[in-house]
Amino acid sequence: MKSLEKFMRKLEPTHDSKWAKFHPVWDSLYTFAFTPGETTQKGSHIRDGIDLKRTMFMVIVALIPCLLFGMYNTGHWHYVAEGTAGGFMDHFGDKLIYGLIKVLPIVIVSYGVGLGVEFIFCIRNKHAIQEGFLVTGMLIPLIVPADIPLWMLAFATVFAVVLGKEVFGGTGMNIVNIALTARAFLFFGYPTEMSGDKVWMSGIGDMAKADIPEGVTGATQLGELASFSFPQEEWAYGAEAVANIQETAISGFQSAWPIWESFIGMIPGSIGETSVAAILIGAAVLLYTGIGSWKIMLSFVLGGLAIGALTQACAVNPYMLLDPINHMVIGGFAFGAVFMITDPVSGAQTSTGKYIYGFLGGALSITIRVFNGAYPEGVMMAILFMNVMAPMIDHYVIQSNIKRRLKRLKTA
Amino acid sequence: MSEKIKAPKEPLFSKKNKRLVTEPLDDNNPVTLQVLGICSALAITVSIEQALIMTAAVFFVLGLGNVIISLLRNSIPSRIRIIVQLVVVAALVIIVDELLKAFLPDPAEKLSVFVGLIITNCIIMGRFEAFAMANKPWPSFLDAVGNTLGYGMILVIVSVIREILGAGKFFGFELFGDRIKGTGLYEYGYMDNNFIILAPFALFAVALIIWVQRARNKSLIEEH
Repeated sequence: MKSLEKFMRKLEPTHDSKWAKFHPVWDSLYTFAFTPGETTQKGSHIRDGIDLKRTMFMVIVALIPCLLFGMYNTGHWHYVAEGTAGGFMDHFGDKLIYGLIKVLPIVIVSYGVGLGVEFIFCIRNKHAIQEGFLVTGMLIPLIVPADIPLWMLAFATVFAVVLGKEVFGGTGMNIVNIALTARAFLFFGYPTEMSGDKVWMSGIGDMAKADIPEGVTGATQLGELASFSFPQEEWAYGAEAVANIQETAISGFQSAWPIWESFIGMIPGSIGETSVAAILIGAAVLLYTGIGSWKIMLSFVLGGLAIGALTQACAVNPYMLLDPINHMVIGGFAFGAVFMITDPVSGAQTSTGKYIYGFLGGALSITIRVFNGAYPEGVMMAILFMNVMAPMIDHYVIQSNIKRRLKRLKTA
Repeated sequence: MSEKIKAPKEPLFSKKNKRLVTEPLDDNNPVTLQVLGICSALAITVSIEQALIMTAAVFFVLGLGNVIISLLRNSIPSRIRIIVQLVVVAALVIIVDELLKAFLPDPAEKLSVFVGLIITNCIIMGRFEAFAMANKPWPSFLDAVGNTLGYGMILVIVSVIREILGAGKFFGFELFGDRIKGTGLYEYGYMDNNFIILAPFALFAVALIIWVQRARNKSLIEEH
């Protein structure tokens, strides 16, 4: 390490060298390897002995199980599409290698493009480079399908980093979650590459219809369920017939996709979102280190469960009959609850606000899911919407606190 | 209203008059600085052709309207001035709408209701109130020219971005090959971005222009 430090010190661009402009780039690499020797000059507000780089790094650690499982799962569904998947352990190495080949370029492109944009803006604005993109760069690959064309991903990353973050002033100033901004851009920009039944099993888009084994549709669970999200007209069929249709539709779905399998993550979907088990490992890391807010996570899940139960109780379409527990393990709900809505920058800051913010986020996710067949995954939309609402929630929480204390002051 | 008493023979293109035309192009742009006329900037910037036709229609309405209001300015009672202005705009918009339907039926069909909606374009009433009511016809006309150019410039920039990235075309000419047959760039997996065709993207495009403009000229940045 000593020799590395000497080497890096020698490379440091000083103020008078012609590379002075690139000092932020050097600085970011140096502080990545070594704790900086400088201390804050003025008084600082210490809440914890952890700095931004260490925080971001813990999130990356928490994401690793999702990434590894995502690689395996990508390979698994590729083999399912070819009809040779077998059980969990069959072709284990092949699946992992196939997934690695698919996922690694996505990660590299996401980091390369995002950090490139970040470096350009930092040099232009003469900032030190901040590490905000470290996590975003890992989140973006985990919320896209494995077959996403790389140029699209690069385009979306540029869009998200520039318009989601840099226009507002860089790391820590963004209003909405950057990774979800990139996903929303892809979702609306290239709907055929982001939804439907051609993208979720790697390689299925290029296969001839005859080669795909019988029973494999290529749709995700959400895609299947979305086809249930139309109200049956009672006047046309009669109430009893409608209830019958709804029952068979949903029980057919539930027997085809056991909850346990969805929990383990053996379902088609975006790379990192499928396995609730892997996500829970990440959640444990985040909660143990205190980086993710348990208030938001808990209330997000509770919000989802509450609306899930409510819709189940008064269902008007078959989708609404789905068990609320089942809602938790399909699609991106768990991933959103642990890694997306807990983003400390775009979320609510006040303690009460966090409960409200999380609860409404979860509730909205399920609401969008069951009512709008055009948007099978409501979690992305719900979280982006709540990001925008977070400052308002905080504002009212603070105002009510002020009012309460004023009242106390007056009565005293 | 303290109208300046001008020298009797002011040249047609005095410095002041020139500024009326050039200022709305950049430092006092009606769309990016005053944030007026946003609604039409969202709706009709999908293709460059539409943006140009819209600009021409707005020019007709604003140019004639400014002159008419300016001529009438001393005889309009201030209490009912808004109604008088509305009558003028409405009449001109109907004329322009009928003209478009008669001579350019295809683009008029695409612009559909948005030609009629020029009536609610805030730039027009804004210029009537802010300029034509207090100035002579010739400066009023120049003001209309300047503001229409400023408005049209933004529309064209936004529509160029949206048409190229969203539809892969420039003025109707296919830049990247045939989308349906899959030739040219499309053969290599290029796809047009659907999001850019959607109206919300026009907001992003206008925001980007605002960003670039204020980065170039720091004095335009509002203080809070």
